[in-house]
Amino acid sequence: MYEKDGEKYFVVDSHMHYWNAAPDNWVPGAEQYAKGWIECFHAYQGLGPPETHWTIEHFQKYSEDDLMKDVFEDGHVDVAVFQPTYLLEWYKEGFNTTQRNNTMGEKHPGKFIYNTRFDPRDGDVGLKQLRQDVERYGSKGVKLYTAEWNNGSRGYKLSDPAAYRFLEAAQELGIKNIHVHKGPTIWPLDKDAFDVADVDHAATDFQGLNFIVEHVGLPRIEDFCFMATQEPNVYAGLSVVIGGLMYARPKFFAKVMGELLFWVGEDKMTFGSDYGIWEPKWQVEGFVDWDYPSDEFSDYPRLGTAGKKKILGLNAARLYDIEVPAELQLPADAGEPAARDDAALVDD
Amino acid sequence: MTATVTTDPSRPEGSAGSPPAASTVLAALETVRDPELDEPITSLGFVTSCTVSAGGDTTVRLRLPTYFCAPNFAFLMVADAYDVISTLPGVRRAEVVLEDHFASDAINGGVAAQSGFVQSFDGEAVSELGGLRADFLRKAVMAGTDQVCRPLLAGGADPASLLTLTLGDVPPSRPLRRLRERRAELGLPAGDDAPLVIDPVTGVRVSEQAVPLHLRRARVTRISIEANGGICRGMLRHRYEASGLGEEEQQ
Repeated sequence: MYEKDGEKYFVVDSHMHYWNAAPDNWVPGAEQYAKGWIECFHAYQGLGPPETHWTIEHFQKYSEDDLMKDVFEDGHVDVAVFQPTYLLEWYKEGFNTTQRNNTMGEKHPGKFIYNTRFDPRDGDVGLKQLRQDVERYGSKGVKLYTAEWNNGSRGYKLSDPAAYRFLEAAQELGIKNIHVHKGPTIWPLDKDAFDVADVDHAATDFQGLNFIVEHVGLPRIEDFCFMATQEPNVYAGLSVVIGGLMYARPKFFAKVMGELLFWVGEDKMTFGSDYGIWEPKWQVEGFVDWDYPSDEFSDYPRLGTAGKKKILGLNAARLYDIEVPAELQLPADAGEPAARDDAALVDD
Repeated sequence: MTATVTTDPSRPEGSAGSPPAASTVLAALETVRDPELDEPITSLGFVTSCTVSAGGDTTVRLRLPTYFCAPNFAFLMVADAYDVISTLPGVRRAEVVLEDHFASDAINGGVAAQSGFVQSFDGEAVSELGGLRADFLRKAVMAGTDQVCRPLLAGGADPASLLTLTLGDVPPSRPLRRLRERRAELGLPAGDDAPLVIDPVTGVRVSEQAVPLHLRRARVTRISIEANGGICRGMLRHRYEASGLGEEEQQ
């Protein structure tokens, strides 16, 4: 919970990690990829305030105590959603698996939600694993990294028949939330790997599932925004938007926020710190203080206290059925969000 | 890494067929763009060195913001740089080297052998990159439409009135020139009598009913590209301390 100027904010970090990317976890022969991946993540951290930067050694492998302090003690987070990323071709025990998250998290009851993952290319074995994981970890969500390398394949689309088979199975198992993270590779490589058209197809065909597009589809914000107006079950995951732009490029942050509020709306945007890339503390505090920097932005929807409360926690609490203390809920007369009426013009 | 422009001092000057100055090569590289960011690879800081030997052997080294930047766009930049350099007068042999990238070997080897994308990424691609390039040129046209139209709207023009304008009606500016160039590259109308606001796929003037939404899409496309440019610059600076040749701050 974060309190500022008499307002109390229930904070759900809907996208964070507990990884091990230290050299002792690198797969022999794939060291360059394991190293390249974590160095790329570390460069993203460079977009945050200098006093929050870590050494590469610390960044490769932070401890349970670091996480509990950074996220909960200092970071104002009430509940955090672990999003796994396996990358088993590069990291021996995986980069950040559901099991690793659970082993750490079960020592802190009530603090964590354990999302799991699947990979449509794993076939029947993968389906069986998904069933086991959902049963064991109580997962209500999955994180899908479509650019993951798997046995010679450089990625997949959500619209692939194999992916539909997994989405059907996930729905049957009680999964509600599909977090989608696009990356730089896919099959075939001549197509744009960041294209979100496959999410559009899947969201249309699986109305009972919510699709949270992480990093708001960056670097394809425009395609994501247009798609989100047409699909009621598509959400904007703000990881990377706040972490990567709010400090480093405040003017672009304001523009991107304005566009998201216009096209997507404050009811469908969720905060995620992307920890350990960025600590939540400065993101939560900065976001609560944030407003458009000048009149230049006057034709964008405003974002008030109620909207910030939704984005920082209440929207994700609804997606994950997290109980919110009465004093942290919005009053019944909190009003309608700004964007929906405007964005309705897009129903062409 | 240090940014260098080197010209072999022993090379003969001035005669026809003599090797180009390194600065000439660098100027030529300004025409090579990152297709996603629609900006020259020079101003983005992607060029780290440029050397020309006495015999005209020319080597350019490139870098990108991350080890995992998308290989298709990386291939286009390396291939475009190769094409630009190899056609300069006096260049005997051109070499473009992309450094510190997961697919450096496939890209550098493929471009050097002129084997195209499909052959360079054997089994992982089904077609060459013309379609991808065109898709991103269309995004550049949308972004450019915002750059040209926003000042007109800020000056009081009604969105519907933009439909009556041609490219020739708009006062000359750098964004207008750029918009014309991108439209011409796509084979879309780009002359003085061409409509200002067109569909970037069909080239047809946008209807009055569709113009508000079209302009909003143009704006979000521009913001997306510019925000990505900001992130890429930040990542590049974290990865490499030294500036690239011709690197400029974002405008």
